Amino acid sequence: MAAPDLIDRPGDHLSARDLHALANPLRFTKLATLLTPWLLALGLGLLGAGLVKGVFLAPPDYLQGEVVRILYVHVPSAWFALGGYLGMAIAAMAALVWRHPLAALSVRAIAPVGAMFAAICLVTGSIWGRPTWGTWWVWDGRLTSMLVLFLLYLGVIALVHLHEDRARGLKMAGYLAIVGTINLPIIKFSVEWWNTLHQPASIRLSGSSIHPDMLTPLLLSAMGFLFLFASLVLIRMRTLIAEQRIEMRALRRAARAG
Amino acid sequence: MSFDPLPFIVAAYAVTLGGLGGLLVWSLVRMRRAEQALDGPAERALDGDK
Repeated sequence: MAAPDLIDRPGDHLSARDLHALANPLRFTKLATLLTPWLLALGLGLLGAGLVKGVFLAPPDYLQGEVVRILYVHVPSAWFALGGYLGMAIAAMAALVWRHPLAALSVRAIAPVGAMFAAICLVTGSIWGRPTWGTWWVWDGRLTSMLVLFLLYLGVIALVHLHEDRARGLKMAGYLAIVGTINLPIIKFSVEWWNTLHQPASIRLSGSSIHPDMLTPLLLSAMGFLFLFASLVLIRMRTLIAEQRIEMRALRRAARAG
Repeated sequence: MSFDPLPFIVAAYAVTLGGLGGLLVWSLVRMRRAEQALDGPAERALDGDK
């Protein structure tokens, strides 16, 4: 059986008929327009508070010294690069299996945002590694699997944009997003499976080994990154919905004229 | 020789804020352009869609 198209057919997403309320892009745009400024303000506010607290108020680490301040941006960017990829893969699954009209747009919206978060994680990690480990980069499990995550994001973006047949490109991107989830447990457990310079997780479900003076700015910064990620995805979704509607208008006009 | 961590911290924060700020501005500009084009009088008059 042929897999369904990831791209919506003209007319599908302009009707609320047979679709869940939020699956209608017009309703979604209204909700996103309402939520975007609040999420953005929350994201920027929390990120600002977390970074000010992390840079100026948190104590230096007894081993790493002042360089620990880089971790207030490195760690949250890593968390949401991973979380974003999982979200993108779920959206790709929804697009392929249930043909949810907004799911394919979600894949396209999340990919560049996740790629930026993964890039920030890699670059800030490298900058942190130079004074701490004495090297910018090592090919160990955690760093390499994180680089693979970044390349997977780039692969999804490339497939969406570079394929001549856009529907096919979106379908291929969806498959890559789903297959790439194999990399997520590899990133998570790489520090336990292999010898690595990278330290194991300091925050687990059972508790945290981080002092509250350092944990507070880290969590504030993480909340800021989360809301910023969400608002960036909503902004990209609104853009893609508007562009798709413009494209469909052009198609309808061409059909009418022809 | 004393180690100065400041350039590393500044570089990390510059990359983060530059990257996030750049992506945010680019996304907002693209969204504004697309939504203005969609709601523009010329577009609506041509099609009547809204």
